[in-house]
Amino acid sequence: MLEIEEKLQAELARGIEALQTVADAESLEAWKQEFLGKKSLVMQVYGSMGKLAKEERPIIGKAVNQAKAGLEATLAEKEEAIKAASQQEAFTKETLDVTLPGRKPRRGRIHPLHLTLRQIYRIFGDMGFQIYRSPEVETDDYNFTFLNMPPYHPARDMWDTFYTDKEGVVLRTHTSPGQVRVMRERAPENIRVILPGTTMRYEQLTARSEIEFIQVELLVVGKGITFADMRGTLNDFARRTFGENARTRLRPSFFPFTEPSAEMDVECFVCDGEGCGVCKGTGWLEILGCGMVHPTVLRYGGYDPAVYSGFAAGMGIDRSTLMRYHIDDIRHFRNNDIRFLEQF
Amino acid sequence: MKAPLSWIKDYIDLDGVGIEEIANLLTNVGLEVESVQLVGVEKPEGKLKNKYFGLLWDKEKFVVAEVVEVNQHPNADRLTLCELNDGTGITTVLTGAPNMFPYLGKGRLEQPIKVAYAREGALLYDGHQPGQVVTKLKKTTIRGVESRSMICSEKELGISEEHEGVIELDADAPVGMPLVDYMGDVVYEVAILPNMARDASILGIARELSAVLGRPLRLPEGVALEKGGAIAEKVGLEVRNTELNPRFMLGMVEETQSHQSPYWVRRRLSLAGMRPIDALVDATNYTMLEIGQPLHAFDYDLLRERAGGKPTIITRTAYEGEKITLLDGSELQLDPQIELVTDTVGPLSIAGVMGGSETGVRAETRNLLIESANWNFINIRKTLSKTRINSEAAYRFSRDVHPALAETALSLCLKRVQEWGGGEVVQGVLDEYGKPYVDTVNRISAENIAEVLGQEISLEESTRILERLGFTCWMEGRELVAKSPATRTDIESGIIGQRNLIEEIARVYGYERIAEKRLSDELPPQVGNPGLEAEERIRDIMVSIGLQDTLAYRQTSPEREARLNIGRKAPEGLAYVRLKNPITPERTVMRRSAKATMLELLEYNAKFRPGLALFELGPVFLPVVGEILPHEALRLSIGMTGAWDMASWDRPQSPAMDFFDLKGVVEALLDGLHLEGVKFQAVEHPSFHPGKCAEVRVGKEILGVMGELHPQVKKNYAFGQNPVLVAEFDGEALVRLSNAVFTNRPISSYPAMVEDIALIVDESVPADELEALIWQAGGKLLVDVKLFDVYRDARLGEGKKSLAYQLTYQAFDRTLTDKDALNIRNRIVKQTKNTFGAVLRSQ
Repeated sequence: MLEIEEKLQAELARGIEALQTVADAESLEAWKQEFLGKKSLVMQVYGSMGKLAKEERPIIGKAVNQAKAGLEATLAEKEEAIKAASQQEAFTKETLDVTLPGRKPRRGRIHPLHLTLRQIYRIFGDMGFQIYRSPEVETDDYNFTFLNMPPYHPARDMWDTFYTDKEGVVLRTHTSPGQVRVMRERAPENIRVILPGTTMRYEQLTARSEIEFIQVELLVVGKGITFADMRGTLNDFARRTFGENARTRLRPSFFPFTEPSAEMDVECFVCDGEGCGVCKGTGWLEILGCGMVHPTVLRYGGYDPAVYSGFAAGMGIDRSTLMRYHIDDIRHFRNNDIRFLEQF
Repeated sequence: MKAPLSWIKDYIDLDGVGIEEIANLLTNVGLEVESVQLVGVEKPEGKLKNKYFGLLWDKEKFVVAEVVEVNQHPNADRLTLCELNDGTGITTVLTGAPNMFPYLGKGRLEQPIKVAYAREGALLYDGHQPGQVVTKLKKTTIRGVESRSMICSEKELGISEEHEGVIELDADAPVGMPLVDYMGDVVYEVAILPNMARDASILGIARELSAVLGRPLRLPEGVALEKGGAIAEKVGLEVRNTELNPRFMLGMVEETQSHQSPYWVRRRLSLAGMRPIDALVDATNYTMLEIGQPLHAFDYDLLRERAGGKPTIITRTAYEGEKITLLDGSELQLDPQIELVTDTVGPLSIAGVMGGSETGVRAETRNLLIESANWNFINIRKTLSKTRINSEAAYRFSRDVHPALAETALSLCLKRVQEWGGGEVVQGVLDEYGKPYVDTVNRISAENIAEVLGQEISLEESTRILERLGFTCWMEGRELVAKSPATRTDIESGIIGQRNLIEEIARVYGYERIAEKRLSDELPPQVGNPGLEAEERIRDIMVSIGLQDTLAYRQTSPEREARLNIGRKAPEGLAYVRLKNPITPERTVMRRSAKATMLELLEYNAKFRPGLALFELGPVFLPVVGEILPHEALRLSIGMTGAWDMASWDRPQSPAMDFFDLKGVVEALLDGLHLEGVKFQAVEHPSFHPGKCAEVRVGKEILGVMGELHPQVKKNYAFGQNPVLVAEFDGEALVRLSNAVFTNRPISSYPAMVEDIALIVDESVPADELEALIWQAGGKLLVDVKLFDVYRDARLGEGKKSLAYQLTYQAFDRTLTDKDALNIRNRIVKQTKNTFGAVLRSQ
């Protein structure tokens, strides 16, 4: 073996060893200068190749190539390692406390009563009901007389009415006036509608009672509509609203515009009927009033009660929304306190 | 209506029917039980569906006892020591009850006083504290005398609020018997539906139970009545208007006395919620509660005195200017609508509503004249709405009472007066029955029932139900004929009468036994509700932009809406829907302005959050000349103030919102609704900053107005430094002009070219017009124009501004060349120069 060959082998071994202690880009650069730079042994050997004897050239050429390749391969490995290390260091520096809060974009919410309304629209929509709306300021005729409550009828006491300074004009106390309005518009066609809207009653404003609230009325008119249809439809509604296993009861009640009349209770979903604050200890929650449309109302609507029949139901959604979300005060709905609304 | 169970049991056998079951039966038949008061008895077991309250009388601790001697307390004038026998021996019991004093010093009492006695350790209500506070009876020493037990008042036992004295039980009370066995009770508080006023009576409630349980009803019996007779010599009767007074009866008891009724009567009255007065008044009240017919009692001698001889009772309407002083001492001005009971001197009572003060029963009353009458309920209602009087009588008469009940009631009442007050019933009654009531007769078939209910109920079963409710039934062919009972007026005739009967049958049969079906009739013609759909779309868009949905009160006041104006001065002549009976001075009218509502919502919430963005969709109420009802115009209002983005832990919040934040929201909304041809135009509006207000229009139609609140108007509200931005839109126009269906633009697959140009124009050139011209000049290869800078500088020249646009060019069929771009650009520069004198700003 030529002396130069040995030198190159030693250089390679020295280079590999020296590279082991290199840990950063700076010392790596120094290493490159020393072992692969212009003044390095390897490069000097290349530079002196021309001066070599012809027979020595291939031998030394091979040796120097081997040494260079060995040094470069080791270098590449090292460079990779250093890059990975510095990347790792950067990651460590950039590591976030992912438990810090995110930046909240402004989020709009639908008002809770509108949420409830939409749910009702959906359920009755599935059953083929259309939506019909009618005025909030109503005539006494539509609010009372056409609903089988002539002036001074005892049933007028059931609603505490806001009167306007215009004779015969009131703020509607219920959505029922819409019954006669939709009948007059659609007679003699079949009717299957819900009538949502704001209604107003002269009551003290307390955590449990409001002067303005939203009702949804239901009206079906056709040939051969029965109490059994009503019971089925309303039970379907209750099950879709309160769950498949919801238990309901229908008990007699009175509304001048229906006969027979009933009220529907659902077993309290807060206490499972055991009795609690929400159901006032009775285990039942009153959810709606209903009944077979009174013949007089059908007549006012333009339907012959000997041929047509129908049922109607009405529910207040403020109260059911209160129960659904355990809201403590009915006035929140119209006070629109942002701290309340933001929770939906 | 409060119904003690012990009283109900006078008329129906309820053996084997539990307390809870009775409550459920009543509710299921239409008499909703609102609460159940337990008077001494134990709460039933099991899963209870009714609301119970009350005091349990422990059998060991509460017993019937008798006081055999009453002595003075040695150290206290106002206390007595009673020698009491509770069945186990004699004890001394201390009491301050005033009703024991009359027995002081009488030695051994010939007739011992029966009392309700509570032993040491009994749990009872504290008589000295307001309300019902349970306390345990403990040994104490009062003025040197030891006291372990107690003679009870009604309050202490939870019967009534009465604590003036201790209860004196009836003489036949068995000493030593647990008190609960002697007089324990259950009181059902029942809600009476307007069409079931007949059940505002114990007998009415018993009749419902009889129907639903199928058990017979025991009717109470009074004295036999015969028309005319001796009474006609004592008093005259004249009914002037039989429409208003269909029936009027008079009966009389002589030589009776106004002393206490038997204790069982007083207890029942108390439990039913009526204060016992004396035997005579109690007899009328008891009879009213029993069968539902109100009665009125006159002191006959006072009437005689007034008339100066034989009195004559006259029923008539009031004369103009007439007055009456009522039992409660108030004086009332009368008018000719009000029906009265009078004598020849003047008014005695407001018919069916309340008695006068001058001729009522008093302690000295010996001869009692009893009125049992029937009144037109509509006229009674008019009287009530005018006088605002509440009374038990008015409650019943205003819901219509069957005239036959007048007779039953008089017969029962005469008997009670005689039994409880003593004396003799004067022979005969006066009876003016000018308008006999005809009970309706209805016929129904099994098909009629099935058609309404969707459930077959046989005519046999229907007959049984109706008969138990008091109807007289028979069959004619395949039809059931039912004559209504002479106790109720709510059963009409014809198709409505049929319905009435079906309701009676169904509610007693049980609503829960009726089948449950799904609607199977043909679906009606399908009618959409585009208005509602568009509203919901608006709501969704607003929420998606980040605004909060709200819901406004319709009622407000003109003063509140006037805050929209400088100096709170509203324009003259604003027409409002005004309330006749507002609930508060804050809410006297229906709102006209959605802006006003929105500003109140912003004002209220501004203190809770540094930035607000709200909207509300709802009607305003605009009276229309010549129309009965106002126009309910849909409005969309938007309100924004403060920062849009909240501060986070590493970033400050965004700057306070200004006009262009509001405009951006409005543009996003209109874009979402696919409105075409929208223009914003500067306008002046009294509520807005004169330089920061725009009208939004499509063509000639004004959609709404938006802007920053005028600083002077802002002072009317509690706002801080930040600008307050408000918009109010005509919701109907938005709905009408919105396009649910629109043409989607294709997307080119060729690359787009983007370049910027800046044009210097006069300040007066509106940005939207310049932009419109750029679009026009650019032609169809110009696909986007984006303003990215507005720059003003002295170097541009006085009154000049530079508007910088990013322009995007693109074709659908090829890649554009630099030459294409140059052409477009040149057209834009040229045309804007020609029209607006625009100068291309050198780069």
